[in-house]
Amino acid sequence: MNRRSFLLGAGAALSLPVLEARAQGAQITGAGASFPNPIYQKWAEAAREATGLQLNYQSVGSGAGINQIRNRTVDFGATDAPLNQQQLTEGNLLQFPTVMGSVVPIINVPGIENEQLKLTGEVLADIFLGRITRWNDPRIAELNAGVTLPGLAIAPVYRADGSGTTFVFTSYLAAASANWRSGPGAATSVRWPVGNGARGNEGVAGGVRNTRGGIGYVENAYASRNNLVTTQLKNKAGHFVKPTMEAFIAAASNADWSVPGFAANIIDQGGDASWPIVAPTFILLPTNPANAARNANVRKFFDWAYANGDAMARELEYIPLPEATKTAVRAAWRTQFGA
Amino acid sequence: MSQAATADTPHPAATRRSRGNVGDIVFEGACRGAAVLVLILLGAIIVELFLAGLPAFRAFGLPFVWSTDWDPVQEVFGAGVSIYGTVVTAVLAIVLAVPLAFGIAFYLTELAPPWLRRPVGTAIELLAAVPSIIYGMWGFFVIAPAFAQYIQPTIIDTVGELPLVGFLFQGAPFGTGIFTAAFILAIMILPFIAATMRDVFEQVPPVYKESAYGLGATTWEVMRSVVLPYTRVSVVGGIMLGLGRALGETMAVTFVIGNANRISTSLFGPGNTIASLVALEFGESEAGSLKFASLLALGFILFVLSFLVLAASRYLLRSRLKA
Repeated sequence: MNRRSFLLGAGAALSLPVLEARAQGAQITGAGASFPNPIYQKWAEAAREATGLQLNYQSVGSGAGINQIRNRTVDFGATDAPLNQQQLTEGNLLQFPTVMGSVVPIINVPGIENEQLKLTGEVLADIFLGRITRWNDPRIAELNAGVTLPGLAIAPVYRADGSGTTFVFTSYLAAASANWRSGPGAATSVRWPVGNGARGNEGVAGGVRNTRGGIGYVENAYASRNNLVTTQLKNKAGHFVKPTMEAFIAAASNADWSVPGFAANIIDQGGDASWPIVAPTFILLPTNPANAARNANVRKFFDWAYANGDAMARELEYIPLPEATKTAVRAAWRTQFGA
Repeated sequence: MSQAATADTPHPAATRRSRGNVGDIVFEGACRGAAVLVLILLGAIIVELFLAGLPAFRAFGLPFVWSTDWDPVQEVFGAGVSIYGTVVTAVLAIVLAVPLAFGIAFYLTELAPPWLRRPVGTAIELLAAVPSIIYGMWGFFVIAPAFAQYIQPTIIDTVGELPLVGFLFQGAPFGTGIFTAAFILAIMILPFIAATMRDVFEQVPPVYKESAYGLGATTWEVMRSVVLPYTRVSVVGGIMLGLGRALGETMAVTFVIGNANRISTSLFGPGNTIASLVALEFGESEAGSLKFASLLALGFILFVLSFLVLAASRYLLRSRLKA
């Protein structure tokens, strides 16, 4: 085969999948948060067969997702930290939630089993502030009568990359502790006074595993799939709860979703059985789309996901939205875009 | 082979001249374009980085360079911690790598039996071909736990107790930190330094060495008094090349440095480098925000740092490059 015919052949082979994709159905593109990436990919795969919609989602981080949707280089953006009403108006964006996720503390303390240790938000905050430095500190011992705690140094591990997980976790610490609120605060990355940073959930889990006396935080999906040692937390109602799906769903059902942009604050809410660190993740959709058909396809995709995606979400340890919230989002679509 | 080719075909210069100058001019233009493109690209990157980082320089002024604040919540940013981390890890890596590289080069050029020189030399060069993510994972999953369990506790309990230098080796044995990052970096830059050293050692005219041997000098004396003085400048240039690489390394360092925006006096404490901070924070910075500008300003500072190191190495290597 001479070079020219080889090149032609290669060119034809490359262009083939493109033609095929065009023939199959409408494409939509999205970019942003990495936290919901697994479920968006799963939904995309299932929706391709069911609806013919091809979602191309790039998990580039919430900040980058917001940048891309502001520049309109994608059909929708995705973010873990909700934008406020002013930002939404300025960017001509409609914000709505898709699923919720939860964050759990993980520990590596010899002799302590999974879901055995009891902690409160204030104690957790003081650990990450460096005010509690030993596992046998009286404030931890007080919560755990009957548990033998070693005199080991506490080694906090946090997410070094900016992440929605950090945003959710620090939001909880800020809600639970005045010291944290006036200190590091809540954001996708903060100024950690003590501890070591690691990259991604796997980095934090690895750091905690490597260090005796380590404590960190990861998404629940990651902790349960890897059998990490998690703790109980005291919720606002004063009960110690274990990080279970029932506790996450209880938190979600107690939330007030009737706020602008659906930016419900689920963190540290009331309810006897509620896990305190649960948060939704959001989609940003242009209200003045350049291409109305693609914009409608995005809504079609998430409408399909609302109707059919709950089981898949549970499978991946995400928490589906309450039905009432889905109805409210659909109503918001109708108000904004008509029909 | 080349002789046969010249015999078969007419002299190339003659053919070119007979066909006229159009081909020459086009070819020269294309080549010049390619060369100028690099200059334009480089200039554009520098200017773009500076302009994008300008809001940060405006907001914080010159103290941005040494301020140790990095607080995304309050929007206060400073480059001090990451510049410190970048320089300390790179310099420490050089301190660890240079004696090893010298040993390798010395062995390969003077001591090793000829049949061993090629395989060992190739193995050293292969180290340079290992992707940095592999070094990062190896560092995180193998080296860091080993450091945390065995090496660091021992050093903390012994050297850490000493007066004057003890503070450099104190703190909790996390396994990750400045020292681990420097260790990984040292292995990564080892092939560059060792290869340069071996090449320049081989370029020492044999007659110099033989004269010294003839005077009764030992192998070490020949190395110290003949080879090293003759190649000193090139050796330093090679070290600078390694330093340049260590300054910009991102992935491997990110895994093992502990990623804390604090300066700790202990070498076992966590830190940050410019490259790893930018890599970690970029995805979560919004365009137009002060954080975005600060990250690009950091990129500009790293560019300037690397440029200085590279310029120094070119300057020191000039004699060898001319040859």
